[in-house]
Amino acid sequence: MNNIPYERVKLARLNTRPTGLDYVNNIFTNFIEFHGDRRFADDSAIVAGVARLDGKPVTVIAIEKGHLPKERVMRNSGAPQPEGYRKALRLMKQAEKFGRPVICFIDTSGAFCGIEAEQRGQGQAIAENLMEMSTLCVPIISILIGEGGSGGALALGVADRVWMLQNAVYSVISPEGCASILWKDSTQAEKAADSLKLTAEDAKAFGIIERILSEQDIGEIAFYERIKSLLNEELKELTVEPDLIQKRYDRFRKIGVKEINKK
Amino acid sequence: MTKLKFLKPSNKLEEGGRMSAPIQNDVCEPERNCPNCRKDIPLSRLWANQLVCSCGHHFRMGARERLNIIIDNDSFCELFTNLKSGNPLAFPGYKEKLSKAEQTSNEDDAVICGTALINKQQCCVFVMDSNFMMGSMGTVVGEKITSLFEYAKGYRLPVIGFTVSGGARMQEGLLSLMQMAKTSAAVKQHSDAGLLYIAVLTDPTTGGVTASFAMEADIILAEPSAIIGFAGARVIEQTTKKALPKEFQTAEFNLKHGFIDAIVPRREQKAVLSELLSMHNGGCNE
Ligand SMILES: [Zn+2]
Repeated sequence: MNNIPYERVKLARLNTRPTGLDYVNNIFTNFIEFHGDRRFADDSAIVAGVARLDGKPVTVIAIEKGHLPKERVMRNSGAPQPEGYRKALRLMKQAEKFGRPVICFIDTSGAFCGIEAEQRGQGQAIAENLMEMSTLCVPIISILIGEGGSGGALALGVADRVWMLQNAVYSVISPEGCASILWKDSTQAEKAADSLKLTAEDAKAFGIIERILSEQDIGEIAFYERIKSLLNEELKELTVEPDLIQKRYDRFRKIGVKEINKK
Repeated sequence: MTKLKFLKPSNKLEEGGRMSAPIQNDVCEPERNCPNCRKDIPLSRLWANQLVCSCGHHFRMGARERLNIIIDNDSFCELFTNLKSGNPLAFPGYKEKLSKAEQTSNEDDAVICGTALINKQQCCVFVMDSNFMMGSMGTVVGEKITSLFEYAKGYRLPVIGFTVSGGARMQEGLLSLMQMAKTSAAVKQHSDAGLLYIAVLTDPTTGGVTASFAMEADIILAEPSAIIGFAGARVIEQTTKKALPKEFQTAEFNLKHGFIDAIVPRREQKAVLSELLSMHNGGCNE
């Protein structure tokens, strides 16, 4: 059943899936949450702060959906406001200042779609993150753990390495949104999901992610241990990379080039 | 040196003034209905006024028409002209849409790029075209914009860009989304080299283009009443079930909330851009 893209979308949205905080709590120790964007507010859809990865300090930023209905309300179901992205950027800059890597966990149906979000510059907040992340002087690893909804996901995804959980999805638009715009029929979401090529395998084939993380049931402890050791391994390499920023630039620079027809 | 006056969007152009073409009452001339004042305006008069109605409404404009009113005559050297979308996802119906868009717009994709002179000052320009799939950004738009910023960085030139876009192009999926990151990184490199980028946001500038290079300029200008936003108004209304405020997502709304520097009516754009280029020493602060 896992081969049908729309099944993946449904799996990625399940509220029983591990959320951002589950990863933070199980992979890192000594997590201290930092709040606020220093501009307007604190957005609880994005949880961020410092923690230790096998003893070494890192900055962690996670979009948090919540599991229970009450949590979901508190977290706005993981749909960040502009303040969430600004908090994330503030803490990335802080990580840069103190020379620690940034690990992002992405899980959102999209940046919050609301009147106030527009008034406070949702587009500008995302744009600024894309721009600033492209030249951040410390390693960035982003992991898509559930839904990777469009610009709201990418705003934490301009990284040196991007990984996806096996059943996570990453898409320019939700299949429902796509179906209703293109075919004026949101019930064609299944067809849209298929057409959008939003699975982890598709993203890997297009060179958009480096690694697919297995969701095979190996027990909770082993599951997080595995991600932890992969992070350690990758960071060991990235922290000594002399051309970090140029390589990050090239990583995104090449996306889509070979898919263009030259007349 | 011409003295600049930053006028409010004009509400009335004089009838039969210097800018307008003679009014021909006796011929059945094609007309366009103004969505703002609801009047039918003869096309020749509209064209003579750079597609601006006497009520101040700015009609949408094709990329090359727009270039004509902004840059010096015959100064455009087009770059990166040989690129076409390869339908990378084999998305249903996309091929047909592309060829239809090519026909209606007479362009290969939704943006044209090149170098040009504005009152004899050299710059790089990009102009998006709403006639090509509503200016949506896929791999070709992303590649051209990125290449232009790289070119501008290489030659130490300022960039002036006119945006119009419905956002990232769905039919190229994730590849379209990634163009937001790719173009943003190129804008950043150009910016870090100390070079000037001015964006002029025109109706509509939304979605992935707003959330990338439209909002990343040093100076962000907009045309009067252009819709500028991230999420679509209809989607916001449906998800929040709240009535949208008056003027929601207009240029005026964005100005009020602090996201654009100035609203510049079309007929003043060349003068303002020229003066800004000049103030920035041809864009290069060396
Ligand atoms: Zn009118």
